[in-house]
Amino acid sequence: MNLIKTLLAGAAVATGLAGAAFAQDKLKIGFVYIGPPGDMGWTYEHDQGRKAIEEALGDKVETTYVENVPESADSERVMTQMALSGHKLIFATSFNYMDHVMNVAKKFPDVKFEHATGYKRADNVSTYSARFYEGRAVIGHIAGHMTKTNTIGYIASYPIPEVIRGINSAYLAAKAVNPEVKFKVVWAYTWFDPGKEADAANALIEQGADVIMQHTDSTAPMSEMKKHEGIIGFGQASDMGQFAPNPRVSSIIDNWAPYYVARAQAMLDGTWESTDTWHGIKEGMVKIGEMTEAIPAEVRASAQELADKLASGEVHAFTGPINKQDGSAWLAEGETADDGTLAGMDFYVEGIEAEIPN
Amino acid sequence: MLRLEARPEPSRAMVILTPIIAVVATMIAGGILFAILGNNPFTAIRIIFWDPLFNDMVASYTRPQLLVKAAPLILMAIGLSFGFRANVWNIGAEGQFIMGAVIGGGTALALYPLESPLVFPLIIIMGGLGGFLWAMIPAILKIRFNANEILVSLMLVYVAAQFLAAMVTGPMKSPVGMGFPVSRNFNEYQSAFNAELLSNTGLHFGVLVMMAVVVVGYIFLTRHIFGFQIRVSGQSARASKFAGVNPHTTVALCLGISGALAGLAGLFEVTGPAGKLSTNFPLGYGFTAIIVAFLGRLHPVGILLAGLLMALTYIGGELAQFQMSIPAAAIQVFQGMLLFFLLGVDILVNFRLRRDTKSKEAH
Repeated sequence: MNLIKTLLAGAAVATGLAGAAFAQDKLKIGFVYIGPPGDMGWTYEHDQGRKAIEEALGDKVETTYVENVPESADSERVMTQMALSGHKLIFATSFNYMDHVMNVAKKFPDVKFEHATGYKRADNVSTYSARFYEGRAVIGHIAGHMTKTNTIGYIASYPIPEVIRGINSAYLAAKAVNPEVKFKVVWAYTWFDPGKEADAANALIEQGADVIMQHTDSTAPMSEMKKHEGIIGFGQASDMGQFAPNPRVSSIIDNWAPYYVARAQAMLDGTWESTDTWHGIKEGMVKIGEMTEAIPAEVRASAQELADKLASGEVHAFTGPINKQDGSAWLAEGETADDGTLAGMDFYVEGIEAEIPN
Repeated sequence: MLRLEARPEPSRAMVILTPIIAVVATMIAGGILFAILGNNPFTAIRIIFWDPLFNDMVASYTRPQLLVKAAPLILMAIGLSFGFRANVWNIGAEGQFIMGAVIGGGTALALYPLESPLVFPLIIIMGGLGGFLWAMIPAILKIRFNANEILVSLMLVYVAAQFLAAMVTGPMKSPVGMGFPVSRNFNEYQSAFNAELLSNTGLHFGVLVMMAVVVVGYIFLTRHIFGFQIRVSGQSARASKFAGVNPHTTVALCLGISGALAGLAGLFEVTGPAGKLSTNFPLGYGFTAIIVAFLGRLHPVGILLAGLLMALTYIGGELAQFQMSIPAAAIQVFQGMLLFFLLGVDILVNFRLRRDTKSKEAH
């Protein structure tokens, strides 16, 4: 009966409504997602940020999203359609949307764009990212303590600076507490593909890894780890708490909500400006998820201490002496990495035995 | 027990009406799906089928975008349709699409920054050649060893994807890309950029080629001996031999033509709408083209309409997503319904249901 009512009501509305769906006084904010919000990882957290805007600003705003948008001409079309239909602020939440964001931004100078993890900006294009590598240092610290086989597996997505930086940061922190530690890296060449991600996890487990980190968006590696005894991992991008206390022993959470709310508020106040934001644990954009009982108490304490020091600035995840993989000197004793080098990082640090695909 | 009995002569009118019935059935079933999801089904159907064409706010942009989205699908589907009529099953257009983009696009990258009016024609030839040669692998294996072209062409899709990944992380990686595995952007290279010919029309060179291929394909199919030959080969291998058709030539021609057209589609896509080579470049267009080919009844004009219809569901689907929060998965189900109903109606056109009175197992 309900179905029939919906249909009848729908017919009545649809006939008189052509075009009216677009008429809006509210600030319309669009989100372009690389995966589905149900990935429980990367896109899930961006969607939490979107919901936070709605919660904070109520009926002053209206948010919309399109999921599973490929990093191709399709993304350009989706953003253009959003701009044409009255969106004034558009968040593009994957790296390779970059050139398409720039193209659309050029055509719509009145629409503001926020591009996650990119490096191209314009008067109406801001970029933002989180210092994920700080979180990597904390889970690297835990991993170094926890591994019994001294082998840590890493499911990497694309060989881009953000991912390489994460591997380096995790390795340095693990090595600091366990000099025997070895890293095995599998490149999945995808951000979101549960099948491939699960295969990668299995390959690493077969190669003797008992701690697995991932830089991909789905929970598929967690499901694989769960099938094996004594394998642990970390929630990526989102808490992935449904896999706690084991195999998920902690997590790196991308907390976009405060930034998103602030940017939407700036639009309402008319104070929006093109900026480049790179926030870490200090500002709360990177959070460490609850550490479970599977981690010994003293390791939990030392990991928390490291997180606190990263937040206060007392410790930098890249503090010398650090050599590059080829043995050449990078950072001298006590020297810390500058943001420019980190942003373009295309080398492994000394000790990692893998090769960056090339 | 019900069984299917072949109709002696399928009604001609029904053959033409089938796609329309399938679209209407999809609208009804899709509408029910959207209603169950809590959306107004009429608004949803209107947004998907009507707004991209006629809504004041977006249509001036989305109408030309239909051509842009449909062009590679139609180009590939017409190539595939020849083979499908002749029982030559090229399932690997996606791989040929990738190789066209890599070989043609790679040629452009190698020539950069040479500005010359010869660059674009050259890379078009190289793109077509890339797809053609990639399709020749299953063709030669089929002719020489009778290897199944379905398997060979399909497997070569994955080889092509790996080749693309190797190229963009290696020799074709952009020197100004901060280490990211993407090629140089073709819009920085005027001679190789497949630009819009008239601004805001979406018309790029690939769209023109697609239109030409529709016309040429139509003439080939209906007026040329080649069209006759592939139709005969599809209907009966024995009869085609009596008609003097060499089956090996048919295999080579069908795979070669579909490969070359897929390669061209890849080249136009990478140097235009996609803008650069990257591991994200393949989006499954080669597989969608198979659907388009059948939706268009393996006929060039039908394929033109089917390609535009597919593009409409993509673009309208995006509108429906952000205007009504309909999940992407529901839109994909909707597109799947289209093929399902088409094949379903197709069966009923060619066969009729009969109550089986002589069934042995029933009693």
